[in-house]
Amino acid sequence: MATAETASRPALERRLPISQIVLWAVGLVLAALIGYWLIKNAIDSPDRFLEVTLIGVTNGSIYALVALGYTLVYGIIELINFAHGDNFMLGTFQTNGIVNDGTFQIPFFPTSFVLAIPLGTAATAGSSAGQKIYTIFMCLLFSMLFCMVINVSIERIGYKPLRNQPRLVPLITAIGFSFILQDVGLIWKGAGPQPLPNILPTGTIFSWRAASYAWDDFIVIAVTIPLLIALTYLVRRTRSGKAMRATAQDMDASSMMGINVDRTISFTFALGGALAGAAGAIYALYIGTTKFDLGFRLGLFAFTAAVLGGIGNLSGAVLGGVVLGLIQAYTEGFWDARWTTTVVFSVLIAILVFRPSGLLGEQVPEGQ
Amino acid sequence: MSDEVSPQAPKAEGPRTSAVSSWRSSWRRFRTEHQWTRWAIPLAIVVLAFSYPWWGLEGPLSFVFNDGLGIDNDTLFNMSIYVMLALGLNVVVGYAGLLDLGYVAFFALGAYTLGWFGSGLFSTRDIHFLDTNAARLPGIHLSFWVVVLLAGAVCAFAGVLIGWPTLRLRGDYLAIVTLGFGEIIPDIFRNGDDIAGHNLTNGVRGVTQLDRPGFGEALNGATGGILPVRYTSLELRPWYFTVLTMVLITIFVNLRLRDSKMGRAWIAVREDEIAASAMGVPLMRTKLWAYAIGAIFGGFAGAVYGSFINGIFPVSFSFQISVIVLVMVIVGGMGNIWGVILGAIALTMMNRYGLRELNGVPDKFGLDFDVTSISFGIFGFFLLAMMVLRPEGFIPSGRRKLELHGEIDETDHLGAESDHTLYDVREER
Repeated sequence: MATAETASRPALERRLPISQIVLWAVGLVLAALIGYWLIKNAIDSPDRFLEVTLIGVTNGSIYALVALGYTLVYGIIELINFAHGDNFMLGTFQTNGIVNDGTFQIPFFPTSFVLAIPLGTAATAGSSAGQKIYTIFMCLLFSMLFCMVINVSIERIGYKPLRNQPRLVPLITAIGFSFILQDVGLIWKGAGPQPLPNILPTGTIFSWRAASYAWDDFIVIAVTIPLLIALTYLVRRTRSGKAMRATAQDMDASSMMGINVDRTISFTFALGGALAGAAGAIYALYIGTTKFDLGFRLGLFAFTAAVLGGIGNLSGAVLGGVVLGLIQAYTEGFWDARWTTTVVFSVLIAILVFRPSGLLGEQVPEGQ
Repeated sequence: MSDEVSPQAPKAEGPRTSAVSSWRSSWRRFRTEHQWTRWAIPLAIVVLAFSYPWWGLEGPLSFVFNDGLGIDNDTLFNMSIYVMLALGLNVVVGYAGLLDLGYVAFFALGAYTLGWFGSGLFSTRDIHFLDTNAARLPGIHLSFWVVVLLAGAVCAFAGVLIGWPTLRLRGDYLAIVTLGFGEIIPDIFRNGDDIAGHNLTNGVRGVTQLDRPGFGEALNGATGGILPVRYTSLELRPWYFTVLTMVLITIFVNLRLRDSKMGRAWIAVREDEIAASAMGVPLMRTKLWAYAIGAIFGGFAGAVYGSFINGIFPVSFSFQISVIVLVMVIVGGMGNIWGVILGAIALTMMNRYGLRELNGVPDKFGLDFDVTSISFGIFGFFLLAMMVLRPEGFIPSGRRKLELHGEIDETDHLGAESDHTLYDVREER
C-alpha cells in the first residue's frame, strides 16, 4: 500500500514509538510462553491441574473480598489504603480469639488490658455441629463489625483531615496506620503464628482421580458469593449506594446535590472494613493459622488483584482476585512456592505497564 | 543580593511575627550581609564532623556524646549510611516528587555488587584488580573503590531499567510499582542460589567474607601510614572517615544538583507535570535522571554497608528499610538537605537508643511489652502525627511550605515585591 499518496502525508498516520513496540513484543512473547506452559501442564496431569485450579479459586475469593475494600476506597477518594491489609489481619486475630477463647476482644493494649466480652463461642474440632455453626456465624459477624469500626476510625482520624492535601500526604499516613495496626496485632497476640482448631466441615464433596474438592473449600465460596451479591445490591440499588457512586464520580458536584460526602466516604470505609473482616474470618477458619505480619503481604496481593481487574471497578476486583489466586496457585503448584512474591509483583508491574486500566477498565473520579 | 530579594522575605511569613520568625529574619539578614558565612559555616561543620573522634568519642565532651548519648563509632557509621540513603531518596522524593517505596532495592543491589565483585562468591574464578587482601583469595576481587563506583553504576542502570517502563505511571501507581520492585529484588537475591543451576547470591545463607576498603602498601608507605593498608573491624575510625567523605560528596552533589538545570526541571515536574512538559521539560528523561541519581547513592551506601557488616543477607533488605528512609526524608523535610540530614540523624538515634529508654514506660503502667519490638508502630505514629500536624517536615524547604499551606493568595501575584517567593528557584540554604 505504499502509494505516492500515503507516502506524501506521513504525519497523519499515528506511529507507535519503537519503545512501545518493543514492550508489546516482549509482553506478547511472555504471554505466549505462559499460555504454552499452562496448557502443557493441563495436558500432562489434568487431575492435578483441576485441583490446583480449585485451590486458586478458593484463595482467589479471599483475595477478592480484600481487594473490594481497596477498590471501593480507591474509587471514591483515590487513596491506596495501605492499612487495609493489616485491618484484615486484625480480623483474623479477632476470629482467632472468638474460636479459641470464646470472647470478643478489644485490644486496647497488651494481654492484661484486653477487654473481652464472653460469647460462649469457644469451639474445637470435636464440638457439636450446632456449636460450630454458631461459632462460625459469630466469627463472621464480630470480625466484620470490628474491622468496620477500625476502618471508619482510621478514616476519621487520619484521612479526613488530610483530604485537601497533596495525594502523597494521605498515602504516607496510610503507611503509618499500616505499621500501627501491625503492632497492635503484635502486642495483642504476640509474634508467633496463632493457630486455630479446624471447625469447618471436612468431608469431600467430589473427587476425580487424584483431585478432590472438600467441604471447607466450598464453604469459603459459599460465604463469599452471598457477600458479593449483598455488596452489589447495596451499591447498585440502595440510596447509600447511589450516593457512593455519585461521590465517586464527582465529590464537589454530589455535595452540591445535597449528598453528605463525609458520611458517604465513611460508609464506604465501613463497607470495605466489613469485607476485610469477613475475609479475615474466612481466612483464619480456612487456613487455620494467622500471624501479625500477614496483612502486609496479603494486602499487597489483594491490591494487585484490584489493579488487575481495574481499580474502582467492583466486578473487576472480584475477577482480579480470582485471577490472582489462580496465578499464585499455578506458580506454587507447578513451579516453586518461593517465587510467588516475585511472580505476583511482576504481574502487577506488567499490568501497570501494558494495561494500566486493568482487565475490566478502571472507574475513578474524573478530572483529577 | 539585597535584603529585599533574599529568599523568604518576612512578608511571605504573613502576619505570624513570632519570636522565632523575627530571630530567623535577623539571622538571614546577618547571612546576607556577611558573605564569609557562606563558606565559613560549612567549613566549620566539616571540621567538627571530621574531628568528632577526638572531641566526641574521647576527650573533653566524650561524657556527653559517647557515654551520655551513646554515639559510638558503630552508631556514627550507621547514621552516616542512613544520611546517605536519605539524601539519595531525597533526590527522588524530595526534588522530583516521585514517591519511591522500594528504595531498599538499590541498597541491596549495591551490597550485592560488592558480593559479586569483592568476595569469594564465585570461587571458581580468579580475577584480581588492585585488591588489598593479605593473600590471593579465590573469587573476583576488584579494588574496593572500583567496586563502590561499580555499585553506583549497576544501581543507576537498574534504576533506568526499572524506571523506563514505570515512570510514566501516575503518582500512586508509581508508588506501588516501586514497592513491587522493592519486594522483587530482595526476593530474587533470596532465591538466587539456584537460578537455572547457577549460584548467584548464595541464597538465604548470604555472602560473607567480603573485601574491605584499603589503600594498599604503596599508598600507606607514601603517606607515612596515615592511609591504612586495609580497614579492620577493630579500628573503626577509617570507616567513619570514609563514609563521612562519601556523605560530604553526597551533600555536595545534592546541593549542586538542586540548583542545576536538572534540579530546576525536577522541581518543575514535581510542582506541575503538565505545565513543565508544556514549557519544554522532557518528562521521562527528567524523571529517569532523578531515579538513576537516587539509585547511585543507594548503591554506594549498600556497598560500604555490606563491607562494614562483613555479610550480606537478604533479610536485611526488607520493606522496613525503605520506609525508615522515607520517614527520615519526610520527617526532616522533603526537599531540604539539612532537614533530611536532621531527620536521618534523629531517627537513627531514636531507633538505636530512644526506644530503649522508653522501654521502662509500659512497666510503670503495669503493662508488659517490649517497646523496641513495636518500633515500627512508633514510626507509624510519627508518620501519622507528622502528616496531620506538620506535613512539610521539621525543616521544610521553602517551596513545599508554600505548596502545603498555600500562604500566597491571588493578590500576592500582583505585588511586585513579593514575587520572588514564587519565582525564586533557589531554596533557603
